[in-house]
Amino acid sequence: MKKSVILGAFAVAGLSAGMAAAGTLDDVKARGQLNCGVTTGVPGFAEPDANGVWQGFDVAVCRAVAAAVLSDSNAVQFVPTTGKTRFTALASGEIDMLARNTTWTFSRDVDLKFEFTGVNYYDGQGFMIPKELGVSSAKDLDGATVCIQTGTTTELNLADFFRSNNISYEPVPIETGAEAVQQYTAGACDVYTTDASALAAQRANFEDPDAHVIMPEIISKEPLGPLVRHGDNEWGDIVRWTLNALITAEELGVTSANLAELAGGTNNPEINRLLGTEGDLGGMLGLDGDWAERAIGVAGNYGEIFATNIGEETPIGLARGLNAQYTDGGLIYSPPFR
Amino acid sequence: MTTITDTPAPASFRLSSLINDTRYRSYTFQFIALVAIIATMAFIGGNLVRNLAAAGLNISYDFLGAQAGYDINQRPISYESTDTHGRAAIVGLLNTLIVAFLGCITATVIGVIAGVLRLSPNWLVRKLMSIYVEMFRNVPVLIWILIIFSIMINTTPAPRAFKGEDATASMWFFDSVAVTNRGVFLPKPIYESGSLIVGIVFLLSIVGIFAFRRYARKQLYDHGKLIPTFWPSVALFFVPAILAQLVLGNPITLEYPELKGFNFKGGMTVRGSLIALWFALAIYTGAFIAENVRAGIQAIPKGQTEAAGALGLRPGRIMNLVVLPQALRVIIPPLISQYLNITKNSSLAIAVGYMDLTGTLGGITLLQTGRAIEAVLLLMLFYLTISLSISFVMNIYNNSIKLKER
Repeated sequence: MKKSVILGAFAVAGLSAGMAAAGTLDDVKARGQLNCGVTTGVPGFAEPDANGVWQGFDVAVCRAVAAAVLSDSNAVQFVPTTGKTRFTALASGEIDMLARNTTWTFSRDVDLKFEFTGVNYYDGQGFMIPKELGVSSAKDLDGATVCIQTGTTTELNLADFFRSNNISYEPVPIETGAEAVQQYTAGACDVYTTDASALAAQRANFEDPDAHVIMPEIISKEPLGPLVRHGDNEWGDIVRWTLNALITAEELGVTSANLAELAGGTNNPEINRLLGTEGDLGGMLGLDGDWAERAIGVAGNYGEIFATNIGEETPIGLARGLNAQYTDGGLIYSPPFR
Repeated sequence: MTTITDTPAPASFRLSSLINDTRYRSYTFQFIALVAIIATMAFIGGNLVRNLAAAGLNISYDFLGAQAGYDINQRPISYESTDTHGRAAIVGLLNTLIVAFLGCITATVIGVIAGVLRLSPNWLVRKLMSIYVEMFRNVPVLIWILIIFSIMINTTPAPRAFKGEDATASMWFFDSVAVTNRGVFLPKPIYESGSLIVGIVFLLSIVGIFAFRRYARKQLYDHGKLIPTFWPSVALFFVPAILAQLVLGNPITLEYPELKGFNFKGGMTVRGSLIALWFALAIYTGAFIAENVRAGIQAIPKGQTEAAGALGLRPGRIMNLVVLPQALRVIIPPLISQYLNITKNSSLAIAVGYMDLTGTLGGITLLQTGRAIEAVLLLMLFYLTISLSISFVMNIYNNSIKLKER
């Protein structure tokens, strides 16, 4: 008894000792490496490729930040986290930022003391069901067995959805996406629910993706974005404006193809401010003038990153939809670089 | 020479004798160790409090009263997503107790049978049992849980296979039992008015069985008459209750599971996650118990068996009446720790989606409220209480069968 209390206290103390507040930028520079929390593997969003190099939509954000801060997009230590471990890893300082399909919610922002630095994907919770069951609406799911990835906002949305529609269901909580897919394909659950983007991503890996439909109902708002710890606003600013730089680059037509040319100076003052030929926005962040150029140089602007990792040309095949620029009727919008 | 070993006069205590005198030295060191432990714990505790304060966190159990917001599939007591986190933790606790209880009983049965068979004179049986023990003992229990669960969901049919004209699966026992990859659906008894009488008749007949056996034993000891007990007991068990059921016009009926929509509705459900976890824990721990049983049996001197054989007892009776009762004294203490292992290993339940204490309080509640330290401390308290209770009860049993020394 006494021994376990001591060990428990050690664990707790060790966990909290890492909570040094300020100075993440200095820590990262001193270390020469960015510790970035990602998923344990969602195709298109974050997954190691055949050579063991992490690739994906969320991974691109980590690499852009590393390029902006350390001038090296490969100076990233990717830390795979599960739905359960991600917040502990961030709070304890094990990772400097988390880019892992994490929904921005009030309680995570306020109560868990994290700072969401923007939204890189507007998502919503959807349902996937085998075509042969012939169900067209989520409201016809009375009595269905539903596989849920546990430790997410998903199970709360699900409970709310079935309660408000007054229909019953049988929840099957599952730890990881891979296990959920295994149960779903074996027919141990009728429906699989998680963020619609992840459903599309996992369906792409099925033997017969066409045999499964994603239902039209989206039952929640899931703004996914990178987050950092509360209390280090300088570091939060760097992550926020790196993401905004990628978004603004698409809006202004800065691509990986014309980046070098535009960085020489243009007639458009906003492009000049973004790429550091006018003003000193980089200095205000505690970085140099070329920070945004390096960030965009890794994999191009937001639109290019979207297209190479999860766009309609890829097996994931997600349309831009809500994630188009505001000029194209989407929600992707960056405050001005001024 | 003898004067040297005489103890010095008691008045000779000096400060240096705290180190130099064997009478005081052990106290000195124990005192130093105690101070060091207290200082270390105070430092760790203070560090924790300081860091929590610096991070703006506080220790608070208010979240237990807040609305949980998530659903649990297996609910021994009524629970809705609008109930509190505290109630969700209780549901989890009960689920832990259910699987631990079932696991302990089954593991004991498997373990005793396998342990006895390991000493069988039959070569094949002996070797099969040692293969069982070695295989299950030497692979982590999490792997067994996952293997058994995957085999179960992939080999049994999904409920939709029971559907339609060309159903590929069918129910067993006159359409009353359905085995699916989501669980086993069984008929459920429905109690209507008059069931109480049937229940009382059934209880009385059980009392009757004991009374009859006692009477039979008395006849044997007093008059040397051997009265058959097995078939009369079976008859007593079934006949009165069935008669009462018929006379009162079937007050107890069965509700059969039926395929409606996506799933079987009605009847009782034993979920696949419970079966897989229960079976995996039982068969894994059974292998350890088998070894305990074997050790216990081998600790009984061979002379006991030979003496019983000389009295004309058959091998089965030697085992049941002579060897096992004595072997229990050796078996029970390690058995207690196996029961504790089952309870603690049941926290792997989330691997198969079984919502135990770790899944509710230590899982979803922890994540939704972010109260990691509070939830984990509470979790430790719950498991500690369960384990200490098991150990307390088993120690009482152990004392009751211990060799009484007079």
